[in-house]
Amino acid sequence: MAYDKFTILQSTAVPLSTENVDTDQIIPARFLKATEREGFGDNLFRDWRYDSAGTPKADFVLNDSTYSGKILVAGKNFGCGSSREHAVWALYDYGFRCVVSSFFADIFKNNCLNIGVLPVTVAPAFADKLFAAIAADPLTEVEINLPQQMITLLATGDAESFDINEYKKDNMQHGFDDIDYLINMATEIEGFEANR
Amino acid sequence: MEKNTLFDKIWDAHVVKSVPAGPDVFFIDKHFIHEVTSPVAFLNLEKRGIGVKYPHRTIATPDHNVPTVNQDQTIKDKLSRMQVEKLRENCAKYGIELHDLGSAHHGIVHVIGPELGVTQPGMTIVCGDSHTSTHGAFGAIAFGIGTSEVEMVLATQCIMQSKPKKMRISVEGALGKGVTSKDIILYIISKISAAGATGYFVEYAGSTIRSLSMEARMTICNMSIEMGARGGLIAPDQTTYDFLKGKQYAPAGDDWEKAVAYWNTLRTDDGAVFDQELTFDAVDIEPMITYGTNPGMGIKVVDNIPTTEGMEGSNKTSYLKSLDYMGFAPGEPILGKSVDYVFVGSCTNGRIEDIRAVAQFVKGHKKADSITAWIVPGSREVEKQAQAEGLVAILEEAGFELRQPGCSACLAMNDDKIPAGKYAVSTSNRNFEGRQGPGARTLLASPLTVAAVAITGRITDPREVFQN
Repeated sequence: MAYDKFTILQSTAVPLSTENVDTDQIIPARFLKATEREGFGDNLFRDWRYDSAGTPKADFVLNDSTYSGKILVAGKNFGCGSSREHAVWALYDYGFRCVVSSFFADIFKNNCLNIGVLPVTVAPAFADKLFAAIAADPLTEVEINLPQQMITLLATGDAESFDINEYKKDNMQHGFDDIDYLINMATEIEGFEANR
Repeated sequence: MEKNTLFDKIWDAHVVKSVPAGPDVFFIDKHFIHEVTSPVAFLNLEKRGIGVKYPHRTIATPDHNVPTVNQDQTIKDKLSRMQVEKLRENCAKYGIELHDLGSAHHGIVHVIGPELGVTQPGMTIVCGDSHTSTHGAFGAIAFGIGTSEVEMVLATQCIMQSKPKKMRISVEGALGKGVTSKDIILYIISKISAAGATGYFVEYAGSTIRSLSMEARMTICNMSIEMGARGGLIAPDQTTYDFLKGKQYAPAGDDWEKAVAYWNTLRTDDGAVFDQELTFDAVDIEPMITYGTNPGMGIKVVDNIPTTEGMEGSNKTSYLKSLDYMGFAPGEPILGKSVDYVFVGSCTNGRIEDIRAVAQFVKGHKKADSITAWIVPGSREVEKQAQAEGLVAILEEAGFELRQPGCSACLAMNDDKIPAGKYAVSTSNRNFEGRQGPGARTLLASPLTVAAVAITGRITDPREVFQN
């Protein structure tokens, strides 16, 4: 369904440098039993965030009040594993609008673009720069400029451009989803289907 | 003439339109749905006031969260019950074929699709499940999608996809004794890492792959996603046709001949170019096992867990975090470590051939006292055949507990959970933290290795047990 438009986002960021974070960690399978898309943020990173008694684990970054913001800076191969879109629903519901990583898993990246969380792929060196800057000053702000396709560390002006195809960029800027586009193509699809 | 890969041939035949500077509008022949990733898609259709455009192109079964005992009774877990009831309701409302709990073809969606002959060469197949790549074994383009895309397929039979890059992985030569297709794929993933094929669609080729049964090919394609690939496929051949012929939805009569003539064109042309090519020798592949928390962390069962030599920064931290979760130390052998559970099942290794292999192996043996052994057939059909072949009796005699079909302990959405801190050697596909239950420690291996572990209670080389 339609989501909030994304143009320019300025925010502090939450660092999670662990590599190969899979979608089972982002939202464990036992929390996929809903029939509606509500409240997934409560269980975001559930087993890293809480112990088995439900007590927050002090050493996990989401429980550290030093860090906050709408941007998650993640380690490489973020979102691997299961295709569950619930992982992105959980990130969105928690308040993240953008995930930055040097490497994303394919299906996760697609799912992000489909529900309005912007995946920004940066060079490994730039990711390191972001982690270092956030460690040095947790209040440092990062700007994500979608129209210009630029990510900038506002304190230093360090910047890098990122890729996104024109179609998805346009969708994100207007809060459109693919289904609107496809429904408008019904006649062409009907013609195609009839020949299969 | 242009030289095309098998993947190009199928992909290009399904592009309704290419969006300039954007993805392709990609037509889907068959869509599988289950109870977990479809409810929100149906809900959104209702919100938009639209229906299911081509209901005959979608097939449903509840598999992810269903109990594997007492399937004839009402599901006890309220949320699971609600999801299964929602699936029934949506299928009835929109006229979608449902293979419900207890029916003749109920089972894991990636097991029943091929069993019914729904899965055929040249098709495009999607499902809200990343192991949809399984169907690629038939020479189909099959991959997992998110719930927004499930909604798109229900509404329009299309999704918006950018064409992935192409990789060919060839495996050549004869496999050694005790080495299975599960070892082939665990070996490949260990070589190229859990992200080594991200951005690619893989074609598996070579004499080793050609010699495999359909069940074994499905195991390989199933785990394509575990190296990051969207999917993997194998060109159809006589093995494929022999499997499909006579299946419920397979073409029959003249249609069969026509279909085979078309399927015979589904080959990568000589000289076609891939973005990446890798070749492995079967002789190098031995029984494999994982020791960490992603499927790329695999070794030969006779090898030591890698040391941290050459690692630094977040790479090293992540590695040590993973070993800490598993309770293992860098550099130590994995052979001989004690195990609490074994699980035979899942869309990776829950087919008749897998159950046959385990039964033949454990025949006349007893499982170790310390082991809890679960065997969960991938479908009712597999269960029925295992009974008919006398495999169930052998397994029960050996101390295995046979359960009813479903995804079960592969992802532990139902009650089939491995307790925190316990070790499970599993034929499933993912060893992520908590995958088989919060705090559970999973080691992935082949059905043969799992059978050997069940007997000894320890990490064991199946070839050793063979010799005894």
